[in-house]
Amino acid sequence: MTQLALIIDLNVCVGCSACVTSCKEWNTSGPAGFMSDDNPYDKDPNGTFFNRVQTYEVGEYPKTETVHFPKSCLHCEEPPCVPVCPTGASYKREQDGIVLVDYDKCIGCKYCSWACPYGAREIDEHQKVMKKCTLCVDRIYDEALPESERKPACVLACPTNARLFGDVHDPDSNVSEMIREDGGYQLMPEWGTQPSNHYLPRRKNKITIHEDELIRVDNPLNKEQKKHHDPVDEPTLEDNSYI
Amino acid sequence: MHPAFSVIFLTTLIGVAQGLFLALFSTQLYSELNILPSVSESNFYGIGAVISLLLLVGGLIASFFHLGHPERAWRAAAMWRTSWLSREVLALPTMMAAVFFYGVIHLGGYDGIAYTIGGINLSTSLFVGIFGVLATFILFVCTAMIYACIKFLQEWSTPLTVVNYILFGMASGFALATALASYLGLTEHVSFLGNWAIALTILVLLTRSASLYRNSRIKFKSSVQSAIGVRHNKINQISQGAMGGSFNTREYFHGKTAAFLKSVKYIFMVLVFPVPLILLFSAIDTSNTGVLFAAFAIQYVGLIAERWYFFAQANHPQNIYYQTV
Repeated sequence: MTQLALIIDLNVCVGCSACVTSCKEWNTSGPAGFMSDDNPYDKDPNGTFFNRVQTYEVGEYPKTETVHFPKSCLHCEEPPCVPVCPTGASYKREQDGIVLVDYDKCIGCKYCSWACPYGAREIDEHQKVMKKCTLCVDRIYDEALPESERKPACVLACPTNARLFGDVHDPDSNVSEMIREDGGYQLMPEWGTQPSNHYLPRRKNKITIHEDELIRVDNPLNKEQKKHHDPVDEPTLEDNSYI
Repeated sequence: MHPAFSVIFLTTLIGVAQGLFLALFSTQLYSELNILPSVSESNFYGIGAVISLLLLVGGLIASFFHLGHPERAWRAAAMWRTSWLSREVLALPTMMAAVFFYGVIHLGGYDGIAYTIGGINLSTSLFVGIFGVLATFILFVCTAMIYACIKFLQEWSTPLTVVNYILFGMASGFALATALASYLGLTEHVSFLGNWAIALTILVLLTRSASLYRNSRIKFKSSVQSAIGVRHNKINQISQGAMGGSFNTREYFHGKTAAFLKSVKYIFMVLVFPVPLILLFSAIDTSNTGVLFAAFAIQYVGLIAERWYFFAQANHPQNIYYQTV
């Protein structure tokens, strides 16, 4: 069974919020209607967003590390928001595992937002229905687009390739390999929601090299006091050949 | 969580209505078993059923204010297999229908003897009442399970939530029934209902105290470490992705100070338990209608505070993501 999901690489996310703006741009102009804003350029701006980038400081100042943390619906394999919905407006698609809201059935009771431990759902203050990340379901199957663009808007916008999109149930997919090889993990695993979106941790790209690894102390040539000749001065195979 | 007054009024009003109906039914049952005298011509059951029905309708109207699209509310009956909210949506009209027929039988004088066993005559309305009692308890469980079934809202996720909802509803309903019986001049029934109201209030004092004690010692399973998956003891949030607030900052936090929260707790602990108990104790023997109504009214005001506190106290794990602007 297919389970489409995002992989977010915290190692390369720079917190530029390009995923936030591209998400808003694509989804506010989509067939499902706008995502309403109040006072967007004024005091107390407020609006509907599917995706946000948060920032955390890990460690104690000044020895800290800044972690940018994009946060959107995780499309759980056991979504706690779906069974609580009284109307069936919230559902998980059989064919690709995307958790969606049917805006025509939603009564705006907000119960699903209570039942999501991640706070991934929010009510649109003007349309009065629950909204959340759709994994750009209106884009990823659009055959009018070139195949390379059939990806969520946030994935295409990310300048550092910190967002990857694919089938996490297919063990040979790019995203499954990254989860396997680079220590992909799920958020709040304690609630058994099994989020499909995975995060890749910060990875240290450094190795420790000791001096004796650079200068070979047990070099047998040194022991026999033989000096190493510069190979440039020596005749090559070409010099000795008759061709 | 952010307490919504629509839900506060829904749960408290239907709680009173359910308790009142149980009080009517138990009075009728005791009367027909000849333990209590008959309520004779007073129409106690009929008037009580009307009040219960009005409270249920009031709760239903209040609940509509919680919806973004009230005109689609009928859809909420669809997912009763999985959703406690959907089950409540079915249980509420079922109970309303039972109370309606129970009231019609009593007020219209349609009651008759349905069954005689060992010289005891059981009337038709009693059997309608049994159906109503079943619906009442199903509704109690559905309402409470809406909250108790969310396992990561750890303050709610306990059987005590269900017990408290049932007992709070019964205590306030029996208090209202006591005042009604006193108003209708049913002196002997006042002491029966009043003593039940006292017993139920004391019982719910114990169970609510138990849940307050449990919640004060609660150990939260989620932490900022598990929320963002970074294993470090010191993690500070710098930004939450929005500077003007969002649904996440409004819906999941009561927005009041800890001192305010604490004062609401003390207010409801006084208004729901000792004050009505003293008033009930003092007025049952004399059947003082005014004092008995005051006992109910004060307890109801206290229950609004109790329900506000119930919502406000619950800590949603998503708040971990919204510690700072």
